[in-house]
Amino acid sequence: MPPKRKNDVAVKVEDVGMEVDAEIDSGSEDEARRRAKNRRAKPQRKAKQPSEDEEDEDEDETPRRKGRRKKTKARAKDDDEDDDDEDNRSVKSKTSKASRKKAPKDNEEDSEGEGDKKKRGKTVSKKEKEQQNKEKKGNVKGKAGQSKGGEKDKKKKNGSSSSSSGSDDESLSEGEMEALKEQVEEKKKLVATLRNKPWRMKRRLDVLKEAQDFVEKFEGALGKGKGRRLYAFKVMMAKKFIKFKRDFENFKTACIPWERKIKDVESHFGSSVASYFIFLRWMYGLNMVLFGLMFGLVILPEVLMGLPYGTIARKTVPRAEQDTAMDYSVLFDFEGYCKYSILFYGFYNNEKQIGLLKFRLPLSYLLVGVGIFGYSLMVVIRTMARNANEGGDGADEGDFTFSWKMFTSWDYLIGNPETADNKYASITTSFKESIVDEQENQKDENIHLRRFLRVLANFLILCCLGGSGYLIYFVVKRSQDFADMDNADLSWFEKNEVEFVMSLLGLVCPPLFETIAELEDYHPRIALKWQLARIFALFLGNLYTFLFALFDEVNEKLEREKIIKNETELALAHYYANYSSFYNTTDVPPPNVHPADAIRGPCWETGVGIEFVKLIVSDVQVSYLTILIGDFLRAVIVRFLNYCWCWDLEAGFPSYGEFDISGNVLGLIFNQGMIWMGAFYAPGLVGVNLLRLLSSMYYQCWAVMSCNVPHERVFKASRSNNFYMGLLLLVLFLSLLPVVYTIMTLSPSFDCGPFSGQEKMYDVVMQAIDQDLPAFIGNIFTYATNPGLIIPGVLLMVLALYYLNAVSEGYQQANTDLKKKMQAARDEEKNRRNNKDSTNQVMKDLEDLLPNKSLIPRPIEEEPPLDEIKVEKVSKPTKTKPGSSGNGVNLQKEVSLAAPNPRGPVTHGPGPRGGPPLNTRGPQPGPARGRGRGGHPRR
Amino acid sequence: MGNKQTIFTDEQLDAYQDCTFFTRKEILRLHGRYHELAPHLVPMDYTNEPDCKVPLSLIVNMPELKENPFRNRIVESFSEGGDGNLSFNEFVDMFSVLSEMAPRELKAIYAFKIYEDLEKTLNRLTKEELTPEEVELVCDKTIEEADLDGDNKLSFADFENMISRAPDFLSTFHIRI
Repeated sequence: MPPKRKNDVAVKVEDVGMEVDAEIDSGSEDEARRRAKNRRAKPQRKAKQPSEDEEDEDEDETPRRKGRRKKTKARAKDDDEDDDDEDNRSVKSKTSKASRKKAPKDNEEDSEGEGDKKKRGKTVSKKEKEQQNKEKKGNVKGKAGQSKGGEKDKKKKNGSSSSSSGSDDESLSEGEMEALKEQVEEKKKLVATLRNKPWRMKRRLDVLKEAQDFVEKFEGALGKGKGRRLYAFKVMMAKKFIKFKRDFENFKTACIPWERKIKDVESHFGSSVASYFIFLRWMYGLNMVLFGLMFGLVILPEVLMGLPYGTIARKTVPRAEQDTAMDYSVLFDFEGYCKYSILFYGFYNNEKQIGLLKFRLPLSYLLVGVGIFGYSLMVVIRTMARNANEGGDGADEGDFTFSWKMFTSWDYLIGNPETADNKYASITTSFKESIVDEQENQKDENIHLRRFLRVLANFLILCCLGGSGYLIYFVVKRSQDFADMDNADLSWFEKNEVEFVMSLLGLVCPPLFETIAELEDYHPRIALKWQLARIFALFLGNLYTFLFALFDEVNEKLEREKIIKNETELALAHYYANYSSFYNTTDVPPPNVHPADAIRGPCWETGVGIEFVKLIVSDVQVSYLTILIGDFLRAVIVRFLNYCWCWDLEAGFPSYGEFDISGNVLGLIFNQGMIWMGAFYAPGLVGVNLLRLLSSMYYQCWAVMSCNVPHERVFKASRSNNFYMGLLLLVLFLSLLPVVYTIMTLSPSFDCGPFSGQEKMYDVVMQAIDQDLPAFIGNIFTYATNPGLIIPGVLLMVLALYYLNAVSEGYQQANTDLKKKMQAARDEEKNRRNNKDSTNQVMKDLEDLLPNKSLIPRPIEEEPPLDEIKVEKVSKPTKTKPGSSGNGVNLQKEVSLAAPNPRGPVTHGPGPRGGPPLNTRGPQPGPARGRGRGGHPRR
Repeated sequence: MGNKQTIFTDEQLDAYQDCTFFTRKEILRLHGRYHELAPHLVPMDYTNEPDCKVPLSLIVNMPELKENPFRNRIVESFSEGGDGNLSFNEFVDMFSVLSEMAPRELKAIYAFKIYEDLEKTLNRLTKEELTPEEVELVCDKTIEEADLDGDNKLSFADFENMISRAPDFLSTFHIRI
């Protein structure tokens, strides 16, 4: 692209170039004639003779081609003419104005024409030609528009010339400028959409260059006088902005992490496995934001502005624990110093405002805790909506079984021979399955056995679920008993029983389900859904059992806390009474007790937080160990023991592991659920999770690439993405419940955490509204919480819900109607086509009876035109089942029902019957009829 | 950076970015890949747009294409001469169309080109493991399903209509490079 400045000059030159050229090259009679006409036309136009105008325009068209020649000359003279340009400007004769006005227009046309010619000159495919035609049309239109503009402009000029003698130095008048602007816009649009054009790159580059040159050339010419400079500035800024946007895009794509890694996985294992990693990455992004919220608004303020460790009881390790507080085993259980750190709820102080900024930490804590849910909800729903839009318009599966299999089943991302082989196999199988389906529509033998087996399988799985639920409940109960016993007496297993059992269940049950599912003999895709649902139920059951057990514990702790609270208050009262009676003063200083020795309650929130953190950590350990043993060790053994083993380990029994997508995705989802639940009680949990996801990304990527083999049946991930999101949403909702429950109903611990001293946690909000906001907002709030307002509000919402539901149902109805219509249209089309043959069978019989044979199209067997698709040779009109093609007896019904065939006029007379059929009728060979885009030559 | 500047001028890179779905870095990477294919043929300096083509046999051996049953068809469809030898422009074009960002309509056009011959497509897809009768049946069925205008062949309109409803087309018809 030539530099801009120079171009500007060029534009100016060309504005006048024509004129200069004309004066020199007076031999050109076209030019002369035009000039003369122009002069002549003016007075005429003053007399208002539009017809002359038109004629003028017509003649303008003709010399256009010749004009181009001159323009090149003009370009050659760039330098001297620069001066001429100045001169001309000062002269401002009417003629010069007129021709100047004309010149740019002509130039435009020329460039267009040139482009056109260039395009035409190329050897192009049919399609391209078509495109060209369109463009040509566009050009013509553009020209028409231009000439119109020109006309307008001339008229305007008439007005101006008659009124003012010529103080204006505008080089372009309004109408012309409009036209120019339009064209420039058009070109810009072309540039923007160029990448979507199905052209060869070379052509695209050419067109781009042309368009850009054009824009460059005339953008500067737009605007006038002072406005021109402003316009140029605007254009420049627009260009800068585009450049900036592009750089920013580049930067943004460069910032997306793990792109190459995921690509590697994708090429080895297909898009389904990659979808897990993409999901993981998405989750990582979400957690980054959550962590940012938590860290920026809760943890950081407390660290920077809150009281340091050891100043008050809640921030100090109790005296009894201090000896062991730094032991690794203790820290690993998140006791000791861990327990009294910013990781957990208990550490935060209930001081209303902290630091210089008067940061309201308790309020912030509550709002962030709730905000995390709000943000997650928003993001998940938004992603779901976007995913939903992306999917096709959901045509019925049955419509295009074979076509889709044929055209979309190969995953172009596959770049690994093994995966490719599996894919070939699975495609072949699926084709064979469909063929079998097609050939014999369901011949269910022994449906009773199948049903029995399915019921049995479901029963077994229900038993498993129930058993696992009970096991967890049992273990949690037992752990509460353990908690009462002395810590030293317990073995490691006894201390970590809950987490251990939960992880073990998560490990053992899914394969068990899979084995049981073998009984059912579902289609693999359906089986996958069942499997997912079952694992989901398992996880959910486990989680909720765990939660209920936890609530038992919390209630117990609350009871205990009440007693301790009473005791402390009693002791405090005693102390005050004694102090005042001893010193005989009412000014009692607070008791001087070292924070480590203070009496403290059990702080159930921290307890819950610790449970969650431990759960997450043990989950990480178990899953990493599983990968290490189940995949890595297995792979190592299979690989190296294979040399000295009696059977083929790689192909035979243990073989290599497969990547368990459903299990991993569900694991991730439930992990996130626990984060959502636990984040309120353990602000540090989000950070821990961030680490987990980060390490998981690298670790699992490595594990997959090094020790897993692609799935036996490679399936695509396409729609399941939203399925995962749906599960995530469900889990989000389910994890929202307990947290909201605790915030709204349970009373916080009296001596730890940001809400200590409040009756309920949400009281902080109430306080903030009451005390810190202006009174009228408080009033508004009181009104808003009034039942008299809430009930109508709820009613209104219900009504809105009802209305929206009705509307959506209406849309759905319309949708199905349209679908039906489309289906009907399709069927009709098909019938027509089929009838062609079958009708002909009947017609054949009828033909002998009818006198005028020429009216009846002769029966023919479709003979494929040469340029048709090859398969056509074998494609007899379908629906004529094999065997029935000879006589159309069984198809007569269809004949009578179907609409008559659309028939073109019969151009040929009937040939001799009985001979080889000729192609005289029916769809003419060549491009598909009636379709705009036309047939594509087939070889 | 200095090294990169010599491969393309800024204008060229901008033009490529306008014409494709790639970022600047990706275009440079593409050039790297292209150069890798035939280091003796392809110059490092592309500022004066040298005229050189890499033969089909080298391109189909790229890991991205190697396992693709349609690799020859793909490359042929994108070569101007139809012989499968790609210039850098055509090479970029190919991966641009196959990139994730390309719209469905554009992809459909080239897919139509690639899947020109149903029978061959099917045989490539299944490694010729279906019997001729089965192939015939599948082709019949495919045409029956997708053919709307009843001319017993797939016009582009038919094809586009069918592909526009396929849920997997966009997710599978792309190659990351």
